[in-house]
Amino acid sequence: MSEDKANLEKEFIHSKIWNEEPEEDNPFVAAQCFCAGYDVYNEILTRASWAEYLYLLFKLDQPEKWQATLLEKIAIAVANPGIRSHTVRAAMCAGVGGSSNASALMAALSVGAGKLEGAHDVFLMMSWWNECGEDIDKWKSHITSPPQPHRTEVWGEIEHTPGFDPNGVSCATPVKQTLKEFVKHSEGSKLKWLLKHRDELESITQIPLAMSGVIATALIDLEINPDQGEMLFLLLRLPGAAAHALEQKKHGWRKYPFFGTALKIENDPGE
Amino acid sequence: MNMKNSSSPLHGYEDSWRTDLGGSISGERVVVRGRNLFTDIKDYPWFKLLLFMITGREFNDDELQMLDSLWALTISYPDPRVWNNRVSALAGTARTTASLGVGAACAVSEAKIYGGQANLAAIDFILDCKSQVNEGVALEEIIKKELKVNRAIYGFGRPVVKGDERIPPIENLMKQLGFDNGEHVKLAYQVEDILKNGRLRMQMNITGLAAAIGADMGFSPYDYYLVSANGFNAGTTACYLDARSKMAGALFPLKCERVKYEGAVKRTWKEI
Repeated sequence: MSEDKANLEKEFIHSKIWNEEPEEDNPFVAAQCFCAGYDVYNEILTRASWAEYLYLLFKLDQPEKWQATLLEKIAIAVANPGIRSHTVRAAMCAGVGGSSNASALMAALSVGAGKLEGAHDVFLMMSWWNECGEDIDKWKSHITSPPQPHRTEVWGEIEHTPGFDPNGVSCATPVKQTLKEFVKHSEGSKLKWLLKHRDELESITQIPLAMSGVIATALIDLEINPDQGEMLFLLLRLPGAAAHALEQKKHGWRKYPFFGTALKIENDPGE
Repeated sequence: MNMKNSSSPLHGYEDSWRTDLGGSISGERVVVRGRNLFTDIKDYPWFKLLLFMITGREFNDDELQMLDSLWALTISYPDPRVWNNRVSALAGTARTTASLGVGAACAVSEAKIYGGQANLAAIDFILDCKSQVNEGVALEEIIKKELKVNRAIYGFGRPVVKGDERIPPIENLMKQLGFDNGEHVKLAYQVEDILKNGRLRMQMNITGLAAAIGADMGFSPYDYYLVSANGFNAGTTACYLDARSKMAGALFPLKCERVKYEGAVKRTWKEI
């Protein structure tokens, strides 16, 4: 078989994000990497901020200043969901048991992916934003009769309004602070609309706005789609999980709750 | 404002997890759904225990063999080209740990075009189809509506190849063990007949047949999905092992030229 014919039969990875030019002595190693046309190690590394590069990876264009600032604010707001959050606790379980560091982040991702203030909550609220826009009647209709999938899905049915806290009593202070701060930086209209209509939405949901709801709205202002938003939320929440897993790894299991007396087996047959 | 919770509903759960699923009484016994693991159900093989934990039911030997064979013969092959297996094989070639590789592959197995999501949708369809037929809806109408809403019917049609080589050995076993005459299995074949003769010329694939067998055994869609979540681990572990035992980085290496770039032309980064 000629080399040309062999090349024709080769399969390729198609991408609008990434291109590479090989080293002269090794076709498996890149000499130059380009992200959406920009030279990564010559220009982006020397000139761009982390938030700018992150925006570029998902949107394939340089951000405007407000977009980079808002994305960086999002990254700060979610970097550490807190030592008691489900996602961080999952990472700490890996830490205290001496599991690998990667497993701590896998645990944080898996648990943090959920519908209770997790990444799928963000995905769903972003989808609702796309369906309801700034129309309070449409929101009311979605909240009172949530759209359900045609077939049973692995995520299960919608149990509460996405972006709101079903266990909350009133809107938590950091959520309000974050919304207020984000509004200062966004040139989009959804964060402003949420700030104006939060009380009204909460009176319909009867549960308070959650951090996931603020983040979902900020991502919509950045014209990020729900899949991209879900991914960004997952990855931007990892720093806290990593730091806390390492901290508890050092402390060890003896200093971490085991809930020794918490388990109540209701049908224990006895000895 | 009229909120649902006047105080946190979590108060009642603090340091209190009430369960009838089980737990271990350290130094004494382990309880599984009200049974003592070391005395009452000590002879359960692992697969039977898994099914008991999920469903609370004690499956008989024929059911266990049928389900076990569905796992053994249809979903767990040592082929690193398959998407979930590729993940564990990449883990092996990149010299990460076996649990990380197999764990990641297990998560990836919850896919739409095969695996977890497809299994769930397939059993959901056949159960729903049966209850609609029982209500008197014509099968042709059910299929037409499903195709209109979903654009596909999970369990029917198979990407990559036309026929499904996994079906004949399973059909032999179904006959041998008496699972070839269940209501859902019969219905699945009727659906296949309609689809085969229709415009799309689709055939039943093993996901559809397995889902019908599961439905005949009385699985709920969610329980069936839970049971199948571990089914791919034999193949993914083998693929990890194979790649781990060969030269690091040797699994399907790609030259730079194998990226077909379709994006923006080279441009200059501007300070913002």
